Order: sequence, then structure tokens, then C-alpha cells
Amino acid sequence: MGLKEKILTKSLWVYHVSSGSCNNCDIEILDCLTPRFDIERFGMQLVGSVRHADVILVTGAMNKKSLKRFKRVYEQAPKPCFVVAVGTCSCSQHMFRPSYSMEAALDEIMPVDVYIPGCPPKPEAIIAGIVKLIEKVTRK
Amino acid sequence: MKLVFSYFIFPGFLFTLLLGGWGWWLERKLTARFQYRIGPPWYQNFIDIMKLFYKEQIIPVEANKTLFVLSPIISFSSVVLLSLMINQSYFYGRGFVGDIVVILYLIIIPSLFIILGGIASSNPLATTGSAREIKLMLSYEFIFIVSLIIVIIKSKGVISLEGIMDYQQKFGSHLWSISGAIGFVLSIFYIQAKLGIVPFDVSEAEQEIMGGPFIEYSGPLLGFYKLTKAFLYFILPVLLILLFTGESLGWHLIYKYLIMIVIISVIKNTNPRLRIKDILKLFWFLFFPLGCVGVVLAIIGY
Repeated sequence: MGLKEKILTKSLWVYHVSSGSCNNCDIEILDCLTPRFDIERFGMQLVGSVRHADVILVTGAMNKKSLKRFKRVYEQAPKPCFVVAVGTCSCSQHMFRPSYSMEAALDEIMPVDVYIPGCPPKPEAIIAGIVKLIEKVTRK
Repeated sequence: MKLVFSYFIFPGFLFTLLLGGWGWWLERKLTARFQYRIGPPWYQNFIDIMKLFYKEQIIPVEANKTLFVLSPIISFSSVVLLSLMINQSYFYGRGFVGDIVVILYLIIIPSLFIILGGIASSNPLATTGSAREIKLMLSYEFIFIVSLIIVIIKSKGVISLEGIMDYQQKFGSHLWSISGAIGFVLSIFYIQAKLGIVPFDVSEAEQEIMGGPFIEYSGPLLGFYKLTKAFLYFILPVLLILLFTGESLGWHLIYKYLIMIVIISVIKNTNPRLRIKDILKLFWFLFFPLGCVGVVLAIIGY
């Protein structure tokens, strides 16, 4: 485990991409910032611009329209940048799999580092997922 | 050797960086405590800046590359120069006649190059942020000059930091007179606007224009902006302490600096963000007449 990874995992700046989700996962992500869960004590921050991001949280099933946009967002992020799929929709398309507007699941197109299943996942589950991400990064 | 030490370590670069980053952390921690959160650990800002320095650097294709790259570096170097001047006159009493005018010039440069960097990145949101910052500058720099005039009149026309300190050590702090108190209050609002925190953070409002001028910056260049901000977190409170409460200096700096940070974060956490229209109204039609009253009182001798 290098010093770089240690520093990176102590200040993960999170950018939130909603690819047409039903807003439940987004609300649960915002819950992580509230006094009860407070992810700022681990140095995580929700940033407004993808240029500052270290982690991209994706919610919702990736449809044809939002896929193009998400690819552009991912290319704009400075590397090293990790992708976390939040919610069952972005993990496995959930019940939207036979829909006409679905091309492929997120992980068939993008490298996804951590999956957080749940509909919607609890804030505790999201924090546990981020901890898994930190373990994965520092083990490399 | 002693000169190098004083430039790079004790009152210079490293000292300011440590105390500024720590003061910024204290402000974040107090904000967290106001909201019943726990808040980040004490080393958070240093880690953030270190991380930014090895992230990938992206320069937009449509940006004006020279200006985009140079503006964070110039704003950082001007802030380093400023910290040297203020700390040297604080700790060693080294200064020259008229250094307060040089400080006035240097203190504008960071905001100016944040504006230029935002415009150079050719992002519509960054341009909006820069336009707002220009309007902010028109209001707050003006007020700071008025409060500097009050200080200069109070200390019988001395225009060096050292002279102002000497005057206050002989005749008492300016803060304990009516005009001095007016100048101090105006300068606190100036600090708030200069650091770009609530109620005057329209230029980099995270929720509406996503960081304003910083939106296209990533990696080391964003790190330079963060360093600039960390330095300003130390320089501006110390400048105010020096100008208004110069009666007792030395180790008194510690609790005075803490009090300044607490004042800043209390104002931050008890106010909503003002619109740019309201900020201009506040500064020009409320604070400027107040400053004029302060100048008149200072001439009369109160």
C-alpha cells in the first residue's frame, strides 16, 4: 500500500450522476451527508463539478439516452477515478431489463469498481460500499 | 541562511500554510458542529491539497491555455508574497514606508486571477461565476479601502504596518474607539466576501453554478487555488488583528486568531446566501455611508 493510495482514500470527493433513476437512491445518497451519517468525518465531500471528482456515484438504469451523456462525463473526470453503482437499477438493470430503451447494463460498458445493491440501499449500505472501495484501492 | 529560514519556514511559507490550513479546518469543524455533525479530522485540508497535486491535469480544448495555467500560479505567488510581508512586519518589525499600499495591491491579485482563470476556461458557468466575482470585488474592495483610511487617519497618517503597530502600542488599539469599531465591523464583512463564504459566496455557489470559476480546474491547478485559499485564511485575520488590535501582539496572536475564525464561522452559519443585487445594495448603500461616518468620526477624533 503506497502513500498515494492512503492519501486518496482519506479525501474521496464524490460526484453524483443520476441516469434517470426514480430519485430514491439520490435521496439516500443525500442522507449520507446529514448529521446522523455525516460522511465528511471520513473526508468525503459531494462536489458539483466532475473535474474535482474521485468517485462517480451512478444511480438508475442506464438507458440509451443517458449512456451517451454518462460516457462524456466519465471521460471528463481526472484519473484515478472510480465508478460506484448505487442501487439495483445500476447494478443489474432491475425490472427495466426487458425495456426497449435499455442497451446494456452499466458494467458491460464501463469499469465498475463497487456495486451497492438495494432498492434503495440504506445509507449504512452506501457507507459500507465506500469502505469496500477503500479496501480495494489500498490493496492494489 | 537566516533569511532563507525566515522566508521558507518560520514566518514565511510553511508557517502560514500550516496555520492557514488549520484555521480553515477549524472553520469547517465549527460549521459541522453547528449542524450537529462531527466534521473532518484536523489534517483534512492538507490531505485534500496533497491529493490534488497528483491527480490528472485536464486542460479544456477551447480554453486559453496560457491564461488558464498561469492564473492559479500567479494568484498563489502573490499570496505567498503577501504572507511574507505581513508576517515579517508582525514577527520581526521589518517593513518599509507605504507597505500598506503594496498590500492593498497584492490582496486584489488573487481575486483578479480567479476571475481571469474562470473566463479563460470558456465554460458558461465559470463565466457566470467570474461576472459575479467582478461585481463582488467592486463592492468589497471599496469597503476595505474605506476602513484602511479610517485606520490611517486614526494613527495620524502613518502608512506602514510597522508604524500603525507602534502607534497602537503607544496609544491603545483602534478597536476601542467608535470609528475603529466601525472599521473593524466593515473589514469582517470584507473578509467574508474575500474568502468567498456564505453570505457572500455567490461567485462559487456550489448548488447553482457548481463552483463557479473553478468548475474546469482539476489536479494541481485546483490545488494551487486551494493553497491560495488556505493562505488567505491566515493572512486576512492576521491583517485585521494587526490593523485594529495592535496593542498587544506576540503570543496574543493565538487567541485573537481563534476569535477571528469563530466570528467568521458564526456569520457563515447564521446567514443565508445573498443575491448579487442585495450584496451591492448592502455594501454601497449601507456599509459605505457607515464607513463615511467612521471617517468623519476619525477626523474629529472619536
